[in-house]
Formats: sequence, structure tokens, C-alpha cells
Amino acid sequence: MDKRVANADAAIEKLFDGATILLGGFGTCGNAENLVQAVIRKGTKNLTCVSNNVGTPDFGLGLLVSERRVRKLICSFPGQNKACQQQVLDGEVEIELTPQGNLVERVRAGGAGIPAFYTPTGVGTVIAEGKEVREFDGKKYIMERALRGDFAFIKAWKGDRWGNLVFRKTARNFSPIWATAADYVIAEVEELVELGSLDPDHIHTPGIFVDAIFQGTNYVKKIEKMVVRQRA
Amino acid sequence: MDPKEKIARRVAQEMRDGYYVNLGVGIPVMAADYIPKGMEVVLEAENGMLGIGPYPYEDQVDPDLVNAAKEPVTEIPGTTYFDSAASFTMIRGGHMDITVLGGMEVDEQGNLANWMIPGKKLQGMGGGMDLAAGARRVIIAMEHTTKEGKPKILKKCTLPLTGIAVVDLIVTEMAVIEITPKGLVLREVAPGLTPEDVQKVTEAKLQVAPDLKTISI
Repeated sequence: MDKRVANADAAIEKLFDGATILLGGFGTCGNAENLVQAVIRKGTKNLTCVSNNVGTPDFGLGLLVSERRVRKLICSFPGQNKACQQQVLDGEVEIELTPQGNLVERVRAGGAGIPAFYTPTGVGTVIAEGKEVREFDGKKYIMERALRGDFAFIKAWKGDRWGNLVFRKTARNFSPIWATAADYVIAEVEELVELGSLDPDHIHTPGIFVDAIFQGTNYVKKIEKMVVRQRA
Repeated sequence: MDPKEKIARRVAQEMRDGYYVNLGVGIPVMAADYIPKGMEVVLEAENGMLGIGPYPYEDQVDPDLVNAAKEPVTEIPGTTYFDSAASFTMIRGGHMDITVLGGMEVDEQGNLANWMIPGKKLQGMGGGMDLAAGARRVIIAMEHTTKEGKPKILKKCTLPLTGIAVVDLIVTEMAVIEITPKGLVLREVAPGLTPEDVQKVTEAKLQVAPDLKTISI
């Protein structure tokens, strides 16, 4: 078994216009930078993108929005990307706001074979509009539907040819969940290592979830909001 | 003292050794600076970290290590990282002892509005609705009135809600107010203020606690 592909362009060979892509990352942290660039090169458009944030206009998912490749966003926090907000206000991009925890759970359910679930988050708010409300043990919950992608773009720290993945620090975020819920899951890693060299106890995403893997290049790893402290 | 610092200092007094706490962006996160030395309070970043350390020095910045405001942070002994499903299991599953959130409006039923002003820019709710729905105790840290001096503690919220009947305690620069099944109870007032002073800038009716205290920070 060998899931290795040559590069990002080879990895998205099957990507099509109108596809739904789950993009890992929290803002600009943990982004599949090489895959986003490959989509720009390929010219794919009318995408539905599932990601918690939209990053910045020049990076990650934000770049796909700036390049007018995105038709619909499913996210919890599009704020801070003004160019994206303008496209939403102008009606060019449709947006489906989902609270962060509900978003994770929708994708987790999608990967776990669960079609829908009840959650307390959003009861009595605009999020509940049009959704079934049900009471359990005297408390109200809304029903949320599972969510899956045609593709998932995952960025990990290390991986092997079976697709076993290890993430690093908070760059892990949504990616292990996203990796379970798409028809074709692509992982780009900073370091492709020999099979057997990752500690089995420390693998975050078992390779069963991953379809293709390659070693990325030229990571920028943009920091969205720089704050440092000064030495006394 | 800056009103925001007053609020942050009073919020910090709600912490106890061994608590797991999520502090929202803005005034809430300022409370971290005033947790008493020696008290071990573990702060969560909902993007996947327990045990948030201070901001890094310039040569320590790691782009793979950010807080929920997407700022670089550092780890401390005992820090753990996890994925977003685990993070919201902690949040929604009632494992957080305290969540401190900012507020635009709170009403006497404990309803909270803090994520959207119709017609203004679209920000999104992020994890706010989950945090409001799931924490054991939700504290709202906010200035008592709007910049124009209008009440933010209302009979009924007017802005789109973040959650219904979710708020337990409101801390402002003027007062500490508890939300109870019988309405809002004024627990503490800032030095030099009377309950009447607080009521004047509060739309909802305040019941004065029999053991009313003065805020001491």
C-alpha cells in the first residue's frame, strides 16, 4: 500500500467544479497551503468550503475567496476578513453560519455514520430557525444534520505512506475530524517519514481515513495577529 | 483605574484553585493577569489547548501555537493539545468550571446577546454559543453601559441572542449582579456608589441583596 502522490497538483487531479471541500486549520494556523495554491493553478471554481474561519484575504481559504473560487462557505467565524465579508454582502458568496462546536460535531457525525444529532447550542437563537426542537429530560435541544465533503484538505506535521498522521500543537484543531468525513482525503505534511518510524501510540489520525499524502514545500505559516512580550 | 481593568480584577476573584476556565476575547481574557499567584487555574483555548502560557518573546514565536484569538502563545508545564471535537466535548459537556464572555446585552432572564448587530459587519459567533450553552457557570464581563451611556442590562434583549437563560453572573465596573430564577440580584456595588446609582443605568429591575457588599479589588 502506498498513498503517496508526487505533489499537490497530482493530489487534486480528481477535484471538480462545484465540489465541497473540508479545509482544516484555525484561521491561518494549520492550513493546507500547497493544496490551496494547487486549486488556484487548476482553476477550479464554484466550491463549497467548510472551515471554521476564512483566514486573511491573501492566505489559505481567504485566498480562494479572493480569487472568486468559492460559492458557499460553511463556517462559524468569517469575521476579520473584510474582502470576504464584502463578497457575502454583495451576494457573490452564500454563507451558512454554524456555531463552532456544532460545526465540529456535524462533521464528526458525518465521518461516524450518524445522520443527525441534538445539541443545546443555539437553542432560541437564529441558528435554531427551521430546525427541529426536541426536549430531553426537561431541556430543549435543536437537531443538526451531519456534514460531509467530497474532499478534505488536511495539513499535518508528519505522515507516512499509509497516511498515518501526526499534528503539531494547536495546528491540529479541526483536521483530525475533517479527515474522517470526506470521500477523498488529501494530507500534505511537512515531513514524509518511513513507515514504522512514527510512534503508534502518538498517531493522531490513523491512515484508514487518508487517501493521498505528499510532502509540502515552502510553508509560510502566517500568523494572523502578532503579539509578543518584551524582555525586561 | 481603567474600567476594563476593574472588571477584569473582579472577575479574577471568581477563580478557584483547580478550575478549568475559558476566557473570551476582550475584557474576559484580561482577567488572566489577576489570578492570584500560586493558584493553579487552567485556561482553555477552544482551538485545542489546555494550559495557556504567556505571550512569547519574539524569538519564541511558533506559528503552530496560537490561542483562540489567533495570537501566538506559549505552553506551560502540564499543557495539553487536542482536536476540536475534544475541545467542544469539554465545552458543551459541562466540563468547564467557568466561561467568561463579553456582552452587548444581558436581560433579566439571563439571556445573552453578544455576537451580532444587524446591519453591521458580519463577524460570526465562533464558539460563543457553545460556550454559553455548555459551561457550568457563565460570567459576563462587560462595561455597565454602552459608549453612549445606554443600559446594556435590559428587561429583554433586543439584539440577536447568543443563548437563552445562560448567564449566571454579570460583572461590570459598577456592580456584580447575579441572575436568579426570581430576577436580577445586586450583590456588590463599586466603592462610592449606591444601589440607586446602579439602578439608574440599568433597565431591568434590580433586587438589592440583604448582604450587599462593596466591590473590593
